[in-house]
Amino acid sequence: MGRSFLEGNEAIGWGALAAGCNFFAGYPITPATTVFNTMLQLLPPRGGTCLQGEDEIASIGFCLGASMAGHKAMTATSGPGISLYSEQISFAIGSEIPLVIVNVQRLGPSTGSATKGADGDIQFMRWGSSSGQPVIVLAPSDVADCFLLTMRAFNLAETYRCPVFVAANKEISMTRESVDLNALTPPRVIGRSTADPDKDFLPFAVPEDSLTPDFLPIGGKTLVRQTSSTHGPDGYITTEPELIEKNQERLQAKLEKEVASFTYFQQTGPAQGSTLILTYGVTARAARDAVSALNQDGDRAAVLDLKTLWPVPEALIIERSKAFDRILVVEMNLGQYVREIQRILPNKKVGFLGRMNGELIQPQGIREAVRHG
Amino acid sequence: MDSLLNTHRPPVFCPGCAHDKVVRGLDKAFVNLDLSGDRIAIVSDIGCSGLFDTFFNTHALHGLHGRALTYATGIKMARPDLKVVVTMGDGGLGIGGAHVLSACRRNLDLTLLVLNNFNYGMTGGQCSSTTPPGAQVGSGFLNRLERPLEICEVAGGAGAPFVRRLSSYDPELVAVIQEALEFDGFSLLDIRGLCPGRYTKRNKQTPKDIQAELDRLPDLSFYQQQNARAEYGSHYRQEAGRLQAAEAPLQIETSCTPPGSGRQEVVILGSAGQRIVTAGELLGLAGMSAGLHATQKNDYPITVMKGHSISECILSSEAIGYTGLDAPSVVLALGPEGAAKRKRMLKELPSASLVLKAAGIELPECKARIAELDFKALQVKSQDFALASLALLAGANRVLNLDMLKAALHFRFKGKALEGSLALVERIASQESPAFS
Ligand code: SF4
Repeated sequence: MGRSFLEGNEAIGWGALAAGCNFFAGYPITPATTVFNTMLQLLPPRGGTCLQGEDEIASIGFCLGASMAGHKAMTATSGPGISLYSEQISFAIGSEIPLVIVNVQRLGPSTGSATKGADGDIQFMRWGSSSGQPVIVLAPSDVADCFLLTMRAFNLAETYRCPVFVAANKEISMTRESVDLNALTPPRVIGRSTADPDKDFLPFAVPEDSLTPDFLPIGGKTLVRQTSSTHGPDGYITTEPELIEKNQERLQAKLEKEVASFTYFQQTGPAQGSTLILTYGVTARAARDAVSALNQDGDRAAVLDLKTLWPVPEALIIERSKAFDRILVVEMNLGQYVREIQRILPNKKVGFLGRMNGELIQPQGIREAVRHG
Repeated sequence: MDSLLNTHRPPVFCPGCAHDKVVRGLDKAFVNLDLSGDRIAIVSDIGCSGLFDTFFNTHALHGLHGRALTYATGIKMARPDLKVVVTMGDGGLGIGGAHVLSACRRNLDLTLLVLNNFNYGMTGGQCSSTTPPGAQVGSGFLNRLERPLEICEVAGGAGAPFVRRLSSYDPELVAVIQEALEFDGFSLLDIRGLCPGRYTKRNKQTPKDIQAELDRLPDLSFYQQQNARAEYGSHYRQEAGRLQAAEAPLQIETSCTPPGSGRQEVVILGSAGQRIVTAGELLGLAGMSAGLHATQKNDYPITVMKGHSISECILSSEAIGYTGLDAPSVVLALGPEGAAKRKRMLKELPSASLVLKAAGIELPECKARIAELDFKALQVKSQDFALASLALLAGANRVLNLDMLKAALHFRFKGKALEGSLALVERIASQESPAFS
């Protein structure tokens, strides 16, 4: 089979389809619009639904409704749209509604630059909703990742009943690349764990061996309640501190305790040495180029490209950084994920290289930062 | 069919609250239509009307303020067989205005009950989108400055085919709700009633006053005919049913041999209308036809018909990491806007770079070799400058060769467009170009 010449956003669309996505809603915004265009080509002719909402709030709201009716839903936007999504994201977190959110990041703040890339929403995706409860964020570094991580995002959204971000960047989403999708090894497609419709159903009751409630769709034989209010297992509002606490702790634990089972990464270069470059997204590509040149010059540097950003894969980072003298965090912002690395590696020398001018970080700059850090 | 009221959770409204009447009216309408709870989804907004879902044994979704219609739209599109009922107050109406208008324009089969009691009950009686200017409310003088929203007129104007206003105390309440539920399309009921907990504490209002006000307002029945049209969901499925499923992405097999190895960066600088992006794509496809890795990145302003158009392409025998430009091997300077946009890059070009420029393009001082192309003499029009330049490169085995370019044209074009482009490429590639001498 041959290769295709696809941009990241098209691969996200095909990945969604391969993962069983049958509902998409979005509002046009550069650089995410081509995800919408792709879904409009893919879903309606196959019996799925692709809608253009009157705004971002409506678009994600459509997705939440469809997801509660049992559909696999996705939306796509950029920073300004994520801002508008915020409270709906909180709803999806607190009320455990599976959803994939593609954030094709562009240079902010605010309207910023529609056609310039950045990774400026890395902390925003994690913390930009009320309550501080966790979400999952996956970061693709190329077109193949766009396809695979979108599939994984669906699997995770379904497994943990939560919103999952695909943290793309204009530089991947709107860059065409030769890619052989058939040569990839796609993950097995996973659906929601469903409750037995013939047994008594409590919409937020958690089975003994899990931290995630079993699902039944709105519209089935069994009546289903969904609510954005603080609720007990029955889906009715509660003010009972014990119930509330248990639920809050579960929402946190169901993702943070499980991150080891969805820690995706790619390490390049020696397993031990001088500098371990910690990076993600499109910057990982420049870092790999830098490391290959550095290795040729005898410098034992390596790259750890984190594809799971949130929850922070702490075990992996601690483990992989042990064999290096120093860490260099490189990201397309002025210092966001580096805060997490400093937090979990308090005794390590952690350097930082960031850039936020709409241009890619160059391999040359990374090489210099490794050499002179 | 029995009542769908949840006997474990009876309504908890203030004594005399009009919402109570609507809860019972809605239940009667469900019963009359012989609907079981599993065939209904109640989507409720925020405020006292947001409690509706808890009083019924039906499917239920209670979400964010003003957004009830958005969830209802998703549910109805996913499950067209369900009766989807949305309850919101005059508060939700205001904050969710854009969704109300869009629901009217869409005509998806939802039933929206606006429980209009002229103020925000739950938060302490502040003014809402329907508070009369003369009322005493919890927002001080602010309601005196605004006009109340006549939602039915707005909804009718926005295309809702079924709009009615009525009193919670109207003996026809059940019949009207029933009619709205049965209507195949978007229906909006402006149901007005008393809020003794807040509003009527400071404002004299009786069911009679409400009825008198309603009687004064103009008739709305003409909207049903004026706005009659296909229901959104069935129309959507009908349109979608006519579409062909998109083909899988084009697959490029390796069929040619590249002229060399290593990384080649090509930048095409032009202006809108010069088919710069298409040329970049052709170059990528040409590279792939020879087994090379390829990337393409474009840069153009939001204006489509004018301004710069730039395509940056990389072809490489190795996997491509960094997709930015390192040292462009070839720059095609074909339009003034593109060249002006990349002045800095042009200035810094290394001596190994080759710049092919169209006549009249101004370039800054640089170390690269510059050759001017006389497209006029070659009889090539501006929109073909880019393809002709690729043909010249191919003819000289620089970056790509003729086999690769032809393969790309076959991948990209069909019929007349293919014939025309092939003819152009053959003609230009056979020219001896001084650029490569
Ligand atoms: S505050 Fe008003 S709307 Fe709310 S329950 Fe009391 S009377 Fe009804």
